[in-house]
Amino acid sequence: MTTQTELLSGNEAIARGAYEAGVTVATGYPGTPSTEILEAIAAFKPDIYSEWSPNEKVALEVAVGASFTGARSIVTMKHVGLNVAADPLMTFACIGAVGGLVICVADDPGMHSSQNEQDSRHYARFAKIPIFEPSDSGEARDFTALALSVSEQFQTPVILRTTTRISHSRSLVALRERAQPAKRAGFVKNPPRYVPIPVWARAMRRTVEERLPKLSSAACGSPANRIEMRDPGLGIITSSVAYQYVRDIWPEASVLKLGWAYPFPDELIRRFASQVKKILVVEELDDFLEEHIKALGIACDGRNFIPGLGELSPTVMRAARAKYEGRPPIAAPSRAQTQDLPLRPPVLCPSCPHRGIFYALAQFDVVVTGDIGCYSLGVLPPLNRMDTILCMGAGVSMTQGFEKGGEPKRVVGIVGDSTFFHSGMTGLLNIVYNGGSAVIIVVDNRTTAMTGHQPNPGSGQTLMGEGAPAASIEAIATACGVKRVITVNPYELQQTIQTLKESLEAKEPTVIVSRAACPLDEGKPVGEALAINTDQCQQCYECLSLGCPALERDEAHGLRINDLLCGGCKMCQQICPVEAISTKEAVQ
Amino acid sequence: MSANQTINIVLAGVGGQGILLASEIIARAAMAAGFAVKTNEVHGMAQRGGSVLAQIRYGQEVHSPLVERGAAQVLASLERIESLRNADYLAPDGLAVVSSQIVLPVTVSSGQATYPQDAEARIRTAFPRLIYLDAIGIATGIGNARCSNLVILGALAKGLVLPAEAWREGIRQSVKPRFLDINLRAFEAGQAL
Repeated sequence: MTTQTELLSGNEAIARGAYEAGVTVATGYPGTPSTEILEAIAAFKPDIYSEWSPNEKVALEVAVGASFTGARSIVTMKHVGLNVAADPLMTFACIGAVGGLVICVADDPGMHSSQNEQDSRHYARFAKIPIFEPSDSGEARDFTALALSVSEQFQTPVILRTTTRISHSRSLVALRERAQPAKRAGFVKNPPRYVPIPVWARAMRRTVEERLPKLSSAACGSPANRIEMRDPGLGIITSSVAYQYVRDIWPEASVLKLGWAYPFPDELIRRFASQVKKILVVEELDDFLEEHIKALGIACDGRNFIPGLGELSPTVMRAARAKYEGRPPIAAPSRAQTQDLPLRPPVLCPSCPHRGIFYALAQFDVVVTGDIGCYSLGVLPPLNRMDTILCMGAGVSMTQGFEKGGEPKRVVGIVGDSTFFHSGMTGLLNIVYNGGSAVIIVVDNRTTAMTGHQPNPGSGQTLMGEGAPAASIEAIATACGVKRVITVNPYELQQTIQTLKESLEAKEPTVIVSRAACPLDEGKPVGEALAINTDQCQQCYECLSLGCPALERDEAHGLRINDLLCGGCKMCQQICPVEAISTKEAVQ
Repeated sequence: MSANQTINIVLAGVGGQGILLASEIIARAAMAAGFAVKTNEVHGMAQRGGSVLAQIRYGQEVHSPLVERGAAQVLASLERIESLRNADYLAPDGLAVVSSQIVLPVTVSSGQATYPQDAEARIRTAFPRLIYLDAIGIATGIGNARCSNLVILGALAKGLVLPAEAWREGIRQSVKPRFLDINLRAFEAGQAL
């Protein structure tokens, strides 16, 4: 046993836990804040096989196959990814695991980088399976191993749920050695065990119900759940990172900390309730615990004092405590005048190829259905060239509804390469099959950029660094039945605008593949940094309509190109009406 | 510091300024000094040129990874107005270390907003204990503008009680060996302010 201690993020700690617990198969789809789990696991090759699957449903299905051979596996995704994987989850919960299978889902309270704020704990109750919630990196490592053994012991998938503040906070973890995976016999044919046709599915259904009280009993005695008795005047029931805030803001309170919250450990909750005078439930997002505790007939406070919108924090908790104790909140006077500070929203990087597509789209009066990725930023001013976002793949599918719903304008769908492989392909097939005529632009930057440049089926490389056949978006579009498939270089603005114009005029489904590698991923500038010839510049500011961070303007210095930021993509040069932008040498 | 006190540090800036490295160095320095440490950083969309915030807490025992408003002993900002945006994290008697560097947001360049011309005056009013410095200029003088984050760290170290050897160890563990010397010199230049 090693005693080395490391500073690990929650995500790295989960990866470490999977490694130490003898996991041999790890799958997932990138999504903030979950992405780094699988990236950290990839470093454990060849002990662990890891893959970025095209989407979360596929990732879970791969892991289920591995589980049926007896292998221990882990699947990672963000909260909305679990919606995609919900179909296999609900039935796998009935069939049950062989080798331990943990679904790691990362929620994003406060929506730091997500399109919704969803409390994935409901999936545990929905699927009737256990859920573990670590409160720091040490527990993230420990609970991963614990969840795997519970999965095997009770033949059930287990959810390991983190939040942004667990996944992206670092704390100390004492590393352990890897437990070698047990020797396995492989898949043992047994149709009633593995095939949920109704006759056998009814038996599985019964097994699920019979499993619940056994799991609840195990949760009561699990090291993941503990009572910390301090002042019996107030007992706080809490979980996840909220536990840490409680310890800071309510240091004297007794605490029931639920690291394994479902199936609810009723006996433990009752015991704690009998030891304290009053109960306050402190949980982030929904009143998942509170509702059940009240259903047990135990009086408690919770949502009446603890906000359910957005994320909790020590600051929020301090205010909640004042409210609970009937004191006015201590409103610290603000130090600085901040009301007029300019916002600093995320923007497309300098020389981002997506900028060319949005500039081109701005020339046409069309509806643009967008999707999830860096290109979501095209909705913000000054580009303003996206009209809707729903979920992964909807940028393609929704065009059909706009068209059939009677939208008078032409409709353009935008989807990234990774998102196209994830769930855009089926929407495209639908457009062709059901007589649509949308223009679909696949912004192919050769990587999954927003989450930090993960390879995808089009990249020609796997998570483990092996070469792979690069899927052709053009060939897939053609195979779906699209006859107009055109590839453009988005840095060539006139050509891109022209292609878009012709495609909007053609009344048939069209796929435009806008192909240029993400310069951040390439690690080198597109071209030489540019400069503005101030003698020639007419201050028309057309270049600023690109929303490029390298083009700077303020009252003190006027308009200039920040040559530390400029990636030399030359889009501003192409749209300058007086040719005032050129290479630095030419300008000087 | 008293035995049970938790030290809170907030680092503010813009994506790409080296905040995550600065955060790691503080955490490893505190570890080298024998403390428990927790840190939190913003990831994801905020990396695309947006505001970035890193929080570091250390002490005998640390619970929350997030710093409570009004509780930071030190607030360091690698960009001028990001210090104002996050001013309320700082304790009333806390030390502010602010780089005079301006990174213009796209909202300003595109004319949707203006960059406050009186930012420096506001900063001097907001922070009674202030080190206001041209970190880029100092780092450039040493030989690499990219080491400005280490200059800030050196100044920030004046508001903390960590042994010099712990800082050295934190820097050594966090930077590539061939950049160790210049980073140490940048740190010392910040300390000398």
